[in-house]
Amino acid sequence: MKRLWVWMPLGIFLILAAFFFRGLSLDPNAQPSALIGQPVPPFQLTDLYSGRALTNADLPTEPFLLNVWASWCITCQVEHPYLTELSETMPIIGLNYKDTTSAATNWLANLGDPYTFHLFDPSGGMGLDLGVAGAPETFVVDADGIIRARIQGEVNQRAFEADIEPVLRGAR
Amino acid sequence: MNPKRKQRLYVIFGLVGGLGVAVGLVMYALSQNINLFFTPTQIAGGQAPEAQMIRVGGMVAEGTVYRNPESLEVAFDVTDFDHNVRVTYSGILPDLFREGQGVVVQGRVSQGTFQATEVLAKHDENYMPPEVTEALRQSGQLDKMKGMGQ
Amino acid sequence: MMTPEIGHYALVLAFALAICQSVFPLYGYFTKQDGFVATAKPLANLQGLALLISFIVLTAGFLSHDFTIKYVADNSNLNLPWYFRMSAVWGAHEGSLLLWALILAFWGVAVAFFSQGIPERMAALVLSVMGMIAVGFLAFMLFTSNPFVRILPFAPANGSDLNPLLQDPGLIFHPPMLYMGYVGLSVAFAFAMASLISGELNEKWARWSRPWTTVAWAFLTLGIGLGSWWAYYELGWGGWWFWDPVENASLIPWLVATALMHSLAVTEKRGLFRSWTLLLAIAAFSLSLLGTFLVRSGVLTSVHAFANDPDRGVFILAFLVLVVGSSLTLFAVRASTVSKPGEFGWVSRESFLLFNNLILTVMAVSVLLGTLYPLLVDSLGGGKVSVGPPFFNAVFVPLTAILVSGMAFGPLSNWRSSDDPKLFRPLIVTLIVSVVAGLVWPFVHDGQFSIPTAIGVTVALWLAIATVIDLVRKVRSYGGLGVTLSRVEKGTIGMWLAHFGVAVMIFGVVMVENHTVHRDLRMGVGDTQTLGQYDVIMTDLKVIDGPNFVSDAATFEIYQGDRLYKTVMPEKRRYDASGMIMTEAAIDSGFTRDLYIAMGEPLGGGDWAVRLSIKPYVDWIWAGALLMGIGGFVAITDKRYRRRVTRNTPDTEVAGVDGARA
Repeated sequence: MKRLWVWMPLGIFLILAAFFFRGLSLDPNAQPSALIGQPVPPFQLTDLYSGRALTNADLPTEPFLLNVWASWCITCQVEHPYLTELSETMPIIGLNYKDTTSAATNWLANLGDPYTFHLFDPSGGMGLDLGVAGAPETFVVDADGIIRARIQGEVNQRAFEADIEPVLRGAR
Repeated sequence: MNPKRKQRLYVIFGLVGGLGVAVGLVMYALSQNINLFFTPTQIAGGQAPEAQMIRVGGMVAEGTVYRNPESLEVAFDVTDFDHNVRVTYSGILPDLFREGQGVVVQGRVSQGTFQATEVLAKHDENYMPPEVTEALRQSGQLDKMKGMGQ
Repeated sequence: MMTPEIGHYALVLAFALAICQSVFPLYGYFTKQDGFVATAKPLANLQGLALLISFIVLTAGFLSHDFTIKYVADNSNLNLPWYFRMSAVWGAHEGSLLLWALILAFWGVAVAFFSQGIPERMAALVLSVMGMIAVGFLAFMLFTSNPFVRILPFAPANGSDLNPLLQDPGLIFHPPMLYMGYVGLSVAFAFAMASLISGELNEKWARWSRPWTTVAWAFLTLGIGLGSWWAYYELGWGGWWFWDPVENASLIPWLVATALMHSLAVTEKRGLFRSWTLLLAIAAFSLSLLGTFLVRSGVLTSVHAFANDPDRGVFILAFLVLVVGSSLTLFAVRASTVSKPGEFGWVSRESFLLFNNLILTVMAVSVLLGTLYPLLVDSLGGGKVSVGPPFFNAVFVPLTAILVSGMAFGPLSNWRSSDDPKLFRPLIVTLIVSVVAGLVWPFVHDGQFSIPTAIGVTVALWLAIATVIDLVRKVRSYGGLGVTLSRVEKGTIGMWLAHFGVAVMIFGVVMVENHTVHRDLRMGVGDTQTLGQYDVIMTDLKVIDGPNFVSDAATFEIYQGDRLYKTVMPEKRRYDASGMIMTEAAIDSGFTRDLYIAMGEPLGGGDWAVRLSIKPYVDWIWAGALLMGIGGFVAITDKRYRRRVTRNTPDTEVAGVDGARA
């Protein structure tokens, strides 16, 4: 009996550890960079303004940013001036995420539209393919259409230096 | 069996028995005091039990926040972009409560509205509570299935 | 100018030294080569020095605004005052790990310094085990969380500021205290492991590790107390404990360490409960590691969790499994050889301490269960659930009441057997007095009867009186207070202080939880509201510019009758760099109550949502924690911990001193 009980703490701990391991993989942020090194997933969406059909073929052939935004997202307003500045350096494609046409166009009319064009994704299906957890998120795509980096949250000078600048330099 | 060993045995039985009873009581207390988590879609679908303490996560829908000008009563919609749930609350909202931000409310469903006893928002502008992400992920999947059906 | 690379190199050096510290003494121990055994102390000192350099370099980076260091850029700002730049060093994940490692090294240095009384080979084993822990943490830091990563060549001109929640004097002391406690438990753990490795499982290791356990416990107590106080005035809304996973992660090791302290007493004095004490020593440190895992891996959500990163989680989990798994295996292999049969009566100090251990363990297990339950349910596919305060209160309140009755009897009882009912007669009398006082008190306080208050006050008062009775008995037998305090074991004085602290804390908790007057109101300039015996008038509302924030500040005048009692100014701050909003409550602290005024949100038309509270005896909660902490520090000043073992004091002598009780 003595023999048995001295092993009990170890047994209990190992069961707990198994749960913790499972808990780690349950984390909603567990695969943050699964798409890095992969091409932009195939999509068939419409243009926010014109309703024209858009596919991967419409994406730029130079390095660009794919910026996930929505009118309901506060941080998107924070990063907007910086994106406007950045749009003079490189094209920025908007992915309007889980939004309505009227709210989104109003927002752009108020704050300005630095985007080359907007993919309209009201159901968030494209966001799901990209593994988006929220807005804003920004994907840095190189000239070959491969996703090189993912920025969760605000795009600013620091994100530019860490994630965007290297891709731009690599392209030249 | 000599008295020393006998006492040891009693002590061990006492310890194990006491722990067993205690753990049983704790588990019972636990089963009485957990708050299940629901998404707005589940509530709209009537899947949430009435009058039981539950949690709902989602985004505060734009343009739905209404404050009673005389008191601290406030009402707003929590949405997962599929369905909305009307939430009523009386009291002070957390510092980061805003339209378009993620929120978790705790309370009870009563006559179609959700009466919150607690409103939680995280102290970080870029942060979404995991429950909210979960709600959005679930509704996102629903959306995607609909999209494929078309 | 100190370059961050020096800090990085020092960290690598510390890592290499920690590897040597864990290998050499162990090798020397098993091959019986004294040369290797003797390396333990110098290596521990050198490792401490290397980490100190590393820490100073990071601090210098913060003070000189070196934004080429990513960690500094992420957690500081040109406008941040210097004292917050100092505390920002441990304000986020990487830096707090560095503090953790530094404190671990500090404890190593302390063990090396204070271990003259311990055989060289034993001290070497202890330091070797501490070296192994250091290796794990330093590897974790170097491979996943290096605080010296640079942003080059494009360093930002300004940093993104320290999390405003942490811009508070409370943060300057809370984490170092807490880590001193968490990490200090590693010493008790290392002693337990060393005795398991050596097989020398006698009473001596209990005496050696007792002061270390007590001092770690005292730091942990103060750390948790400070954390609770910080949460009270900074995190908002006047709560003092939230049963948040991060808080629980510190409470669980505290409960186990409390059990360990009491169990060590039995092992030292009577040689009993050896394997149980060993298990507690392993559990206490393992649970503080588990706390680290829970806080940093993101498996549980919490209001003050660090940024989560699953890779880090996997690393810590692997480390946790290695440390806890190997120590429990060693325990299982060796523990069956340690037991020493010994008798004790059903009514004896041993029984009361056993009872205390049982209750504390159940408390720790229930907090652990409640904290992990959401994770367990999610793992089994049961969906997302949360466990709220009602569960913890339902478990904790009755258990505390039971525990206190043991605390009243225990100190008055004798070792081995304590059948004489005369010993406990005063307790019965004081219980009656306490019940009467408990029944009357609610009427005295606010004229209304309340059962929880009556029970709580009875329990607290009974414990306080029982503690005083023990003191009075000692004074009688020694013939004078001064003689008693100089002659009695310092551990006994520490115990009185700590037990009295528990009584004070229980009283504070009971009063705050049952008699807080609390109003959420809509107020504008000129509005008056009544709060208990006070009238509160909002007289002004203005905007104030702080160094790195802008705030809306309201002025409230508090009147007591016609007399102006006090003017206070709560604020709502918006921090420039992060845009975060913080509530700065105005608190007027007093002996019998705190007045608490906080601003909610603007409601339009110049009105604000305002929270007004009176919190009776809330400061007694932290005063109790302070008494407990001081008790711990007093206890370790006892002479016998400094006595050289070479003289080999027989246990009977110690027991003889103890026999003077009763």
